[in-house]
Amino acid sequence: MSLSVKHLLGIKELQQQDIEQIFQTADNFKQVLQRSIRKVPALRDTTIVNLFFENSTRTRISFELAEKRLSADTVNFSSSGSSVSKGETLIDTVKNILSMKVDMIVMRHSASGAPWFLAKHVDASIINAGDGTNEHPTQALLDAYSIREQLGSLKGKRVTIIGDIMHSRVALSNIFCLSKLGAEVTVSGPPTLIPKHIQDLGVRVEYDVKKALEWCDVANVLRIQLERQHKPLFSTLREYAIYYGVNKQMLESLQRDIIIMHPGPINRGVEINSDVADSKHSIILNQVENGVAIRMAVIYLLSGKRDLVD
Amino acid sequence: MKILLDHKQLDITLQRLAHQLAENHLTFHDTVIIGIQPRGIWLSQRIARIVQEITTGNVQYGKLDITFYRDDIHQQGDMHLPAHTDIPFSIEDKSVVLVDDVLHTGRTIRAAMDALIDFGRPKKVELLVLIDRRFSRELPIQPDYVGRTIDTIITQKVKVYWQEKDNKDEVVLLD
Repeated sequence: MSLSVKHLLGIKELQQQDIEQIFQTADNFKQVLQRSIRKVPALRDTTIVNLFFENSTRTRISFELAEKRLSADTVNFSSSGSSVSKGETLIDTVKNILSMKVDMIVMRHSASGAPWFLAKHVDASIINAGDGTNEHPTQALLDAYSIREQLGSLKGKRVTIIGDIMHSRVALSNIFCLSKLGAEVTVSGPPTLIPKHIQDLGVRVEYDVKKALEWCDVANVLRIQLERQHKPLFSTLREYAIYYGVNKQMLESLQRDIIIMHPGPINRGVEINSDVADSKHSIILNQVENGVAIRMAVIYLLSGKRDLVD
Repeated sequence: MKILLDHKQLDITLQRLAHQLAENHLTFHDTVIIGIQPRGIWLSQRIARIVQEITTGNVQYGKLDITFYRDDIHQQGDMHLPAHTDIPFSIEDKSVVLVDDVLHTGRTIRAAMDALIDFGRPKKVELLVLIDRRFSRELPIQPDYVGRTIDTIITQKVKVYWQEKDNKDEVVLLD
């Protein structure tokens, strides 16, 4: 058994059985993480470089922990303080790193499509840790895995994604991943933050957040990405919070309990209130916990593809 | 194809192995049985069941997956998919009986011992196998309890069928 891909660039390229295989493998790693020795020697002959051209807390720590729990050697790179500021190109940077015998690359980049571009020019396996406003595959995998853990399966489940759909790579990867696993997806938020033609991906659009919440089993609340909004798309954060923020009162008015998720970082009081983020409905910290097991599974399964490189 | 053990012989062999375990351990208070995934599970379940019948007290039984401890991860085209590890008790200071169906190169047992040590420090580790393909070892590992010792060449294969999985009890040697 093996994944059908050599890289994890986006969920779009994965088959449903790839996702199932990643989940099964993650189940075992989750069990490893509960032992007193939370580490296995599987990848002690593998070196992985974490290339972060954009800020990150969770994803970077999660990848680094996943690599260390697999006994891989890791090198961390962040663009600030590197030769990138001297004008070195992406390909040159990566080729130089690879010539020091690195087997796998984890990359976050602010340009959409950067990992695909890199995959064409280098031999090593590449894992996309978020590219611009395009995809964030490991986040979508850990989100779907966390829902599966709560509800048993994704098939026929209803998931609403609320917020800045336009600038969110989490939203796009989630839509691909949930659809492939047989869940139904609705996106919700202000019309200016929902891309035109998103229905073509097979999702529903509901501008009324209350209605979108009433429809779903799971709500994935996204952060407003002000850093990617180059022109004003809504008047103020306060107004956004009033019309599109998820609060306790709103949740209590629903007919049934729903699960609340958030990929982090949270802007408390904007897209989600503390009384929701810290409530029993929230599985935000479970998502973070599952992230390590999912990333271990992805790295482990892709490491077998190394033979194709040599 | 040669039949090494048929249904009846297999049954007698399992009874003997279980009785040898009971003879050497008297009580299973400080002894646990751990089967190696995936194929050692069926044998270890049978052995644990018979030992339970012939001794008093509860016999503790677990399953160990060794996928992440293998030394050939990058030598095969496909990745081995892991199976479940289920050791619902402490192995600290216990006697552990590792169980696998066929002992060949000894590499699986090496990986199993590494995996086991990550769960604690056992007082003693013993090895029980149904078939010992002697003279084909690549590591200095020998079994403590053996169902049948056979001489084979590397191209031959030993296949163990279990009623629970394959609808028959039989051990065969394939050329």
